[in-house]
Amino acid sequence: MYDAILAESVQFAGANGDLLEGYSARPLDATARGGVVVIHHLPGYDRETKEFVRRFAVMGYNAVCPNLYTRLAPGASHDDAAAVARAQGGVPDDQVVGDVAGAATYLRALSNANGKIGVIGHCSGGRHTFLMSTELPIDAAVVCYGGLIVGETPPQMSSMVPLVDRSPKVRCPILGLFGNDDKFPTPEQVDVLEKSLTEGGKDYEFHRYDGAGHAFFSPDRPSYRVEAAVDGWQRIDAFFAKHLAG
Amino acid sequence: MCTHVTETLEVQGSAKGATGWIRVTDATVYFDHPVHALADHTLNIDLRRPADGPAARVGVELTAASARSLAETILAVLDAVPAALVES
Repeated sequence: MYDAILAESVQFAGANGDLLEGYSARPLDATARGGVVVIHHLPGYDRETKEFVRRFAVMGYNAVCPNLYTRLAPGASHDDAAAVARAQGGVPDDQVVGDVAGAATYLRALSNANGKIGVIGHCSGGRHTFLMSTELPIDAAVVCYGGLIVGETPPQMSSMVPLVDRSPKVRCPILGLFGNDDKFPTPEQVDVLEKSLTEGGKDYEFHRYDGAGHAFFSPDRPSYRVEAAVDGWQRIDAFFAKHLAG
Repeated sequence: MCTHVTETLEVQGSAKGATGWIRVTDATVYFDHPVHALADHTLNIDLRRPADGPAARVGVELTAASARSLAETILAVLDAVPAALVES
């Protein structure tokens, strides 16, 4: 079996046609396959997120992570860029939508693309992923412990409005993975989100893990929970296999 | 979570970063995932000079208890100094 992948920094147009940096990993095999956009968390376009991108390529998908802080700090290290973004109040939701749309366009243009697109994000990237499920023509969305979908928005980040009221606009299947010890989102907030999807007749599946809190997928952090992470990856694998085939 | 609890302020002073001493003009204080500290969340401080670009920054990540202890110590030291020396 030919299993070579290519991982590299790339460029593509994001919101407003702005040129964005992205990290791409894709199988070199010519067989048609789906694409996965990975949305990085607020602390930035970091090594761990790039490892996720490579993992999706090994799983058989073309994958890319747009650097949402390209405009704020071109060429800066990921932690310095995140500090600039933090000081400026984050990045606007509308801009993130445009940037992820650009990443999806990049993936669809690859010679071995089948046209299907999945989006995944953790933490604030999980919130953004839910937003994408309401705004973009994508085929699958994986929300990993996305905070601020339900609940109050801190005054410092007033542009990051709660999103649960947009549930009626969800246009693709959603896989949600949450830790029952998480404080952001709390299990009660996950209940509210689930209720909104149920009432809207949306296609979704949530999995909630006991003994896991926030960021249980992060192997370099004390929050890592191997059982939840291993099961979660299996769920992601099955979900994308179902919805990105073609 | 990636908390969005962030405060920014102007500061005057210097900090030593990767490129040497920086005359810092701005600070950001927030509570979020650290880049390097071994904790789920930390109190983070960025001392910055934005005019010199993103790399003109000294970052600090402290556990909540350490940050509170440091803050109390800073205030105690300032309170112990003769008032005439800390007017500016």
